[in-house]
Amino acid sequence: MAWFRKDKKPRSPRRERLEIPADAWEKCESCGYTDITEKFVRNLNVCPNCGFHRRIRAWDYANIFLDEGTAEETEVEIRSADPLGFPEYAQRLKKATANAGEGDAILTLTGQLGGSPISLGIMDFAFMGGSMGSVVGEKIARLGQRSLEKKHPLVIVCASGGARMQEGVLSLMQMAKASAMLSQLAERRVPYVSLLTNPTTGGVSASFAMLGDAIIAEPGAVVGFAGPRVIKQTIGQDLPEGFQTAEFLLEHGIVDIVVPRHELKPTVGRLLRHMSGKPAATGWLST
Amino acid sequence: MATAATTMDFEKPIAELERKIDELKHAPGDRAVNVDDEIISLERKLSELRGDIYKNLTPIQRVQVARNVRRPFMLDYVARIFTDFVELHGDRAFRDDAAIVGGWARLDGETVMLVGHQRGHDTKENLRRNFGMPHPEGYRKALRLMKLAEKFHVPVLTFIDTPGAYPGLGAEERGQSEAIARNLLEMSQLQVPIIATVIGEGGSGGALALGVADRVLMMENAVYSVITVEGCAAILWKDGKSPEMRDRAANALRITSPDLLEMRVIDEIVPEPEGGAHANHEAAARSLAEVLNTNLEELRKLRPERLVRRRRQKYLRMGQWAE
Repeated sequence: MAWFRKDKKPRSPRRERLEIPADAWEKCESCGYTDITEKFVRNLNVCPNCGFHRRIRAWDYANIFLDEGTAEETEVEIRSADPLGFPEYAQRLKKATANAGEGDAILTLTGQLGGSPISLGIMDFAFMGGSMGSVVGEKIARLGQRSLEKKHPLVIVCASGGARMQEGVLSLMQMAKASAMLSQLAERRVPYVSLLTNPTTGGVSASFAMLGDAIIAEPGAVVGFAGPRVIKQTIGQDLPEGFQTAEFLLEHGIVDIVVPRHELKPTVGRLLRHMSGKPAATGWLST
Repeated sequence: MATAATTMDFEKPIAELERKIDELKHAPGDRAVNVDDEIISLERKLSELRGDIYKNLTPIQRVQVARNVRRPFMLDYVARIFTDFVELHGDRAFRDDAAIVGGWARLDGETVMLVGHQRGHDTKENLRRNFGMPHPEGYRKALRLMKLAEKFHVPVLTFIDTPGAYPGLGAEERGQSEAIARNLLEMSQLQVPIIATVIGEGGSGGALALGVADRVLMMENAVYSVITVEGCAAILWKDGKSPEMRDRAANALRITSPDLLEMRVIDEIVPEPEGGAHANHEAAARSLAEVLNTNLEELRKLRPERLVRRRRQKYLRMGQWAE
């Protein structure tokens, strides 16, 4: 019919594709979009197709926030003990350390954000679901103390299923511990920004995560006190679409801003400058 | 009096003996034998039995005692320990949450602010009080009252008795996490003495939101835990229902008053009368009143700055790790 249309030539299958190693490709967990790993990495592991924010590791956030070459890990000597002699805890710890590293469920650092010094805590969901035990509490307390002494703003990236059951009520007390530290920062007017990533629930959500002078959430992050499964069980019905997501929290007035990963650094930088009476940044702040 | 429905398994021998004594007491009077001696001997036996059973409670049995509906709740203690109670309602923003009660009262003539979880003794009251599981507005009411106490330099006494903060839609929409977190922060800098007492079940963050204090007391048979034994068993061993797993979780979590004292999470255990607080509300209240009075007297001597510094330091030291 259309005599001017160009004929489509059937593509010949390219066999050499099979030789590409499996980890060269990444698939988005949300939309199924597949692309080369490098493209995901360059995009900070945000899906180029649907914008889904994939889970990234603590050091990835460190690289996002801190100026190149300024990061210095702190509190590296603290390790989880097994204060209750809880069944299987020692083995779980060993496994988590082998899989996720020695920093327990939080990486603490000092460094510079846009030329200004900050203290940065980043929870690592890969270590026992980012659960908060004595080590997480103590690392936050020490990091907070650094902030307090130097008047350097504190930023904490949250990712946690809650308190660590295996340390019993001592884990619960870490909520009070972190809050006691933050009350001191508040008293001395040291700015504190908390970033909520997927997921932030339980004892972490109900303590330092919700106490930021600014509370930021990554798009799509599930944040809440009780996990969706528990709520569903309690009320005996399905949860509404989008319940407990960052956007839901924004709508209900619980978080200040939902910020995509690419804009985290400039946004937090701007906030910290506002709150510490510093002039606007130039140059590095392009977005 | 105990009914079959509220009698805990391990208390059955006690209930049995109680019934026997009751029968003897109400037996027809024109008997040849004097039953008085028999009654006295049985009562002595009853007392020993109670003592024995309660000395050897397992952790899971303590959970049962702590949750028992016959136990004295917040308002039962208020009626027996304090005078001049004026209950205050509402968070001034959303509604009044009946799972938390609070208000002015007097302890030995001195004004104090009371705040605590309130469970119901029956189904009807439990529905109204949501089984002592607060919503955010409950915690915000609690904070409002604590700030009010601070304004007038009045000490705060809190009473903890909850399975946990309510996990529901409205609670999440209105910021359950934020409400709890805010209380933790504010309580760590409140400029007046705070004494918290775990009177029944201290369930996780929902309990701690009233529990940051200069002195944390715990009734002898109360429990205090990061998660319910059922929740713990369900998550770790995929079985929250069987008695074996619940028992295992109760042992592993270390939730009894001696455990918590050893870990320095609490400061003092309040002795309960023989057979537990539910056996004698009056005696339990007297025991608690005495401990509250002693602690309050000590705390009143401290200047606000010192008080807050010590309170913060106490929490900043909590936890155990290797280095």
